[in-house]
Amino acid sequence: MRYLPLTNTDRQAMLAVIGAKSIDDLFVDVPAEAQLAGPIAGLPNHASEMAVERHFSDLARKNMAASHHPFFLGCGAYKHHVPASVDHIIQRGEFLTAYTPYQPEIAQGTLQMLFEFQTQVARLFGCDVANASMYDGSTACWEAIGMAGRITKRHKAVLSSGLHPHYVSVARTMAKYTGDTLDAALPTLSPTTDSARLLDAIDGETSCVVVQYPDILGRIEDLSAIAAKAHEHGALLIAVVTEPVALGAIKAPGEMGADIVVGEGQSLGVGLQFGGPYVGLFACKEKFVRQMPGRLCGETVDAEGKRGFVLTLSTREQHIRREKATSNICTNSGLCALAFSIHMTLLGEKGLRGLAQANHALAVQAADRLTQIPGVELVNDSFFNEFTLRLPKEAQPVVRALAEKKVLGGVSLGRLYPKATDLENGLVVAVTETSSAEDIETFATALKEILS
Amino acid sequence: MSVLNQSGWKPEMGPSGDTKPATFTGNRALMLEEALIFEIGTTDTTGVDLPEVGGVASRLGGLERNRTIGLPGLSEPETVRHYTRLSRQNYAIDLGFFPLGSCTMKHNPRLNEKVARMAGFADVHPLQPVETVQGALAVINELAVWLIELTGMHGVAMTPKAGAHGELCGILAIKAALEARGDPRSVILVPESAHGTNPATAAFAGFSVENIPATSEGRVDLDALKARLGPDVAGVMITNPNTCGLFERDMKAISDAVHAAGGYVYCDGANFNAIVGRVRPGDLGIDAMHINLHKTFSTPHGGGGPGSGPVVLSEALSPYGPLPFTERHADGRYSLVEEETVGERHPHSFGRMTAFHGQMGMFTRALSYIMSHGADGLRQVAEDAVLNANYILRSLEGTMDAPFAHSGPCMHEALFSDNGLADGFTTLDIAKGLIDEGYHPMTVYFPLVVHGAMLIEPTETESKATLDQFIGAMRSVVQRAKAGDPSLKSAPHHAPRRRLDETLAARKPMLVWHETEEAVAAE
Ligand SMILES: Cc1ncc(COP(=O)(O)O)c(C=O)c1O
Repeated sequence: MRYLPLTNTDRQAMLAVIGAKSIDDLFVDVPAEAQLAGPIAGLPNHASEMAVERHFSDLARKNMAASHHPFFLGCGAYKHHVPASVDHIIQRGEFLTAYTPYQPEIAQGTLQMLFEFQTQVARLFGCDVANASMYDGSTACWEAIGMAGRITKRHKAVLSSGLHPHYVSVARTMAKYTGDTLDAALPTLSPTTDSARLLDAIDGETSCVVVQYPDILGRIEDLSAIAAKAHEHGALLIAVVTEPVALGAIKAPGEMGADIVVGEGQSLGVGLQFGGPYVGLFACKEKFVRQMPGRLCGETVDAEGKRGFVLTLSTREQHIRREKATSNICTNSGLCALAFSIHMTLLGEKGLRGLAQANHALAVQAADRLTQIPGVELVNDSFFNEFTLRLPKEAQPVVRALAEKKVLGGVSLGRLYPKATDLENGLVVAVTETSSAEDIETFATALKEILS
Repeated sequence: MSVLNQSGWKPEMGPSGDTKPATFTGNRALMLEEALIFEIGTTDTTGVDLPEVGGVASRLGGLERNRTIGLPGLSEPETVRHYTRLSRQNYAIDLGFFPLGSCTMKHNPRLNEKVARMAGFADVHPLQPVETVQGALAVINELAVWLIELTGMHGVAMTPKAGAHGELCGILAIKAALEARGDPRSVILVPESAHGTNPATAAFAGFSVENIPATSEGRVDLDALKARLGPDVAGVMITNPNTCGLFERDMKAISDAVHAAGGYVYCDGANFNAIVGRVRPGDLGIDAMHINLHKTFSTPHGGGGPGSGPVVLSEALSPYGPLPFTERHADGRYSLVEEETVGERHPHSFGRMTAFHGQMGMFTRALSYIMSHGADGLRQVAEDAVLNANYILRSLEGTMDAPFAHSGPCMHEALFSDNGLADGFTTLDIAKGLIDEGYHPMTVYFPLVVHGAMLIEPTETESKATLDQFIGAMRSVVQRAKAGDPSLKSAPHHAPRRRLDETLAARKPMLVWHETEEAVAAE
């Protein structure tokens, strides 16, 4: 077996040193009735590298890969071009096969990268500080709601109807068990969000208001009024960003008064990967740092006075505080944070702004082209690289029919909001720099055929 | 002292041969210092070329971002060099022995990386129509079947994102099961030796946490546990093999007692590597157990993550498991049970734990590893892991205090304490001494039940020669600590950095980069 260096001679020599007759002597503490006599029956034995690879190629071919077809899906996961050097660097063994940097003298590579990542995220979101990553956007969102509860000592969260329904579901799951109340609603196919409802709902019991920006239908609204009302009542504003590229074009939530900004960082560096692993981004105002979940990297000096980095403020964390920790998170998304950070470094501000501009321009072109199809209407007044169309019929079968024509043509709201009949004609279309003018044309032609 | 060159060539040392002159750059040959991107990049530099897209009238709702963001860019060559230089300041499995107890730092096969990057897995969107992702769903399902068979359990929840998230999944399933029978139990019992995530998880889900005492052998005290069980106890969280590296011999009796008292048994499966293919936790009566794919099943730790923590469930808890999950139909097609179809298919689910369907990129890697080893190879994995750990335990117990060595063989990891070191010398000094010897230190100060704990987990992917050299190095470092060698107190001497001031970092947290005042003034 190619991953096992011990030879039988080694094994015998080692058993002799241990003073055991056979390997079974080392398993004496396992009760006999729980010991298996041999390899588990019915499971295949070992396989060569070639055989395993062949199995995976066969399965991989059964999937429609995004880059092989005109592709327009978004709703929390976006297809962007990832520069080749990103994947090269994250495969360096020194990054790939390192552990969490618990021994800082031999982990400065990871630690410096995390310090740079934290700074990039904080600046992108317009916040003072950011942590070293969470699992993904949806769990970061729940952690932010929990954090707002600890800060305000209140337990009512008001969720915008524009928050990704999976994020709402995760929050609902947790709230059921923590006793928090969630004030949530379904979106409607209208050009504006339900900010009026949010403003109404904020009161002296509210711990936080959670608003996605741009929202699940792609709409963009100023958060300032909600921030002001929340602060007036001692509540926090949590902004959720599922498409960080947007912040190369539109104002940062922190600039509009958000107290905590969380997001999904998958767009930069990480790739689609059928939903994971992704990288949760988590940033906030400096005064809340001791209530943050997750790891934090900080600057310090070594015994010779040289600058260095360490994990810090760990008295918030489970390995020190156990049941009093701010979160139970341990393993996070380190390597995805690295991928995000490399991609952001390659872009720089100039590249990020250019990328955002290209996304927006292509999305505008696509929206204009698709709404030329009879019966297709644009729901949004505002959008970045994602918008919602109202089709003249239910969108889910249309998406399937498009796939049969080899076009991956958006996310039907029926997939995300089953049984919400008001939404079933909604189709959310994302357009990034990877969509060409021909792709848009192919999509429009196929959609027209299916609808006619 | 350096070893003399056998060829007879003698380097010219000169009068100051032993003192290292300072260099102009601060670099020392291959040890290269690297500045922060904020110090070397500019907001006008970019390492990407973007498609030319004609201008359009903006529809951004009047929210254009006008202020500078402050994100520096680097060209591609500078980027590659920046991160390559940083990478060289990291220790990693690829470089050497990484015996971090409880973390299972085994070799990460590159085949796993290759298959995970196939376009059919890496480049599919989680919300594509299920007809277009049948191969991806097959991977999830095949891995699920392996995990169920290897653990002898009834079902598996694939979506948890890491071990701690898996713990949460198991605890929420327990909570949902109790709620379904109208039983408001509020206490979870956890041994003191447990990983911090166990009590943190139980508390996160709204339970209060109480300690289970241990015996002098380092195992759960069954009698004390039985005495504490009662109508308020929702369940226990037991790590098996435990964090002292011992198999909980009474596991079946523990499960039976907990069940008899109306509770559920959560098993922390972080240490599954010791028993995979030889013991099925399902035979020991447990109700839920997470499996860290990033430990037992070789997916890379990536400097802190990502992981993946599928949770196997008993028949009693399976109905409450989370959404979504895959289903294989008689005709070989796969479907996803999500919110859309859950009403009929899985009405008691406690709900969703994350967006989308879990850590697909880890599933491909883990399945690639599992298929490579197969049922026979996985059994050999457990045996070699346990053999390597016992070899270390018996080779070092004469030099170091091994508090549970008398309890019998260890499983996959060997636990030592700081007992016997010279006054003022600690476990931390041993760890830093090992860094100079070219090793990543073992886990230190965990578990909490042993003073100055040193937990050594070699894994099965290390050769005897590697272990022998490590044992020699460990003996040497421990002898220095026993003899009170002051140079050990200031170790490491040869790492990119000397000991770092953690107190300063916590007292004055600097979590993001700020331009120095001089630089701001100069602008
Ligand atoms: C015994 C034990 N339990 C739980 C965990 C938590 O797992 P994760 O880091 O994947 O969340 C760990 C790993 O760090 C562990 O060693």
